[in-house]
Amino acid sequence: MTSLDSFAASFSSARPKMRALMARLPAGRLRLVLLPALTFLAILVVWELATRVFHIPSYVLPAPSRIAGGFDSIPFGRWVEHVWATLRVALMGYAISIAIALPIAIGLTKSETLSACLYPLLVVIQSTPVVAIAPIIIVVLGAEDAPRVVITCLIAFFPLVVSTTTGLMATPPELVELSRSLRAPIHREFTQIRIPYAIPYIFSALKISITLSVIGAVVAEFVAAEKGIGYYIQFSTSLFKLPEAWAGLGILMVMSLGLFQLVALTQKIFFPWSLPK
Amino acid sequence: MREAPDAIAFKGLGQIFKTDSGSVEALRDVNFAVKRHEFVAVLGPSGCGKSTLLRCIAGLLAPTSGSVDVFGLPVTEPRDDIGIVFQKPTLLPWANVEDNVVFPIKHKTGKVNHEHRASAREMLKMVGLEGFEKRMPAELSGGMQQRVGIARALLLNPDILLMDEPFSALDALTREEMGFELLRIWQASPKTVLFITHSINEAVLLADRVLVMTGRPGSVLCDLQVPIERPRSIETTSSKVMHDFSGQLRSLLLKRAA
Ligand SMILES: Nc1ncnc2c1ncn2[C@@H]1O[C@H](COP(=O)(O)OP(=O)(O)O)[C@@H](O)[C@H]1O
Ligand SMILES: [Mg+2]
Repeated sequence: MTSLDSFAASFSSARPKMRALMARLPAGRLRLVLLPALTFLAILVVWELATRVFHIPSYVLPAPSRIAGGFDSIPFGRWVEHVWATLRVALMGYAISIAIALPIAIGLTKSETLSACLYPLLVVIQSTPVVAIAPIIIVVLGAEDAPRVVITCLIAFFPLVVSTTTGLMATPPELVELSRSLRAPIHREFTQIRIPYAIPYIFSALKISITLSVIGAVVAEFVAAEKGIGYYIQFSTSLFKLPEAWAGLGILMVMSLGLFQLVALTQKIFFPWSLPK
Repeated sequence: MREAPDAIAFKGLGQIFKTDSGSVEALRDVNFAVKRHEFVAVLGPSGCGKSTLLRCIAGLLAPTSGSVDVFGLPVTEPRDDIGIVFQKPTLLPWANVEDNVVFPIKHKTGKVNHEHRASAREMLKMVGLEGFEKRMPAELSGGMQQRVGIARALLLNPDILLMDEPFSALDALTREEMGFELLRIWQASPKTVLFITHSINEAVLLADRVLVMTGRPGSVLCDLQVPIERPRSIETTSSKVMHDFSGQLRSLLLKRAA
């Protein structure tokens, strides 16, 4: 018996035990929340112990307790200001991306000429490294929110266009024929058939784009800003205040996660039929 | 007095599709007529242009040669007096059964009123779905979904019902049951039906006439009156006359294939 076999055997004999353990846990939703929470807690504990046992310097990896201390480095009101600066840009960029992406997607679906004109352009925009043009945009548009919102849009809108177009095209051809056989006005083909059919696609893009929006806002702050979590992280690292930078990172993660869950919740509440069974 | 025009009349209809990889001749010189309230089944190998035939009648496709007349007028655009049932029910997954049935009115006019809803419920009753008005499509079996599709097509009370292999996605038993349902509905509210199918038994059981089509380019190989009395029932399916006629059709189709 090879060591791999014995490993597999020990693993499979451990499986029933695992299952028995799982069975004792509360069922359903609670388990869905409890297990990841426990995992997360375990990681924190291991992390804390590792940094203490191995004396890892805080500029390499600060202990969770040090990071928690990082939150106290500036008053709560300042945190709110930073969070709001980033959140505002991310949300504006997100909203504008949606407002741009939807008409473009409809155009791409409806007109082959428009599709031939626009698609290569979209691909060029998408393949331009946004981080590289961010400084140029800042110089051109000044230091206010505008350039940051534009940078956010550049990062967030492409998945929206692609996924929405895919969704609009995925409508069963029979329904489009039904629409034509009724001689219904063309806008209803979109409002009553194609767009609702694209909802699952649109929401998967909305979920990707909301996190990309946060990334976009942070990238813009890295280039030029005097407020925002991205700015705060860069500022802290420049002073070697790593626990503070990690605290900022923690806030960004919570922000991204929260926004993502908000989008997921919107889908669940308003479009429950669009969720996979 | 002039004789009433045929419900559907094909006059030398031909259809050639131009694609990137060359042109496909789907139909060539199709000639046949369907009388008002007649039930005609179309049998033919797949890809022989049966769906194309329906699209031409529905005004969704302009023939490249010849024409189709509906009630004496050449079809140039979709008409209000034609209902279509597709192979897949293609219901709106976000709308309940009743909303799916009133959908054509909502889609055409932008709004629905109480009368429309009442007639939708009437239709649902007719197809045997009373009490399922508020269910979502995902909660229904394939057969029930297709019943909703039929109710939707019947809502505007069309004179002509075009059915494109409507039961071929169903299991054999449900399929037979749906066949009898359709006969019952057709007897309760007579319509001109053009029914496309792959199943010889289904064609013979349901139709007044069976058209057998040739392979691509499709045209009518033969046009046979079904020699079976109405009303038809379960017993009909095992009768000798049905057996013999089905056999005749089968050998026609197989000879053509050979
Ligand atoms: N829009 C189209 N463009 C190009 N070819 C088509 C189109 N519609 C149908 N065809 C071709 O015409 C032939 C007949 O198609 P169809 O009417 O769908 O056949 P059937 O319904 O009998 O299976 C097929 O070979 C199909 O590939
Ligand atoms: Mg077909």
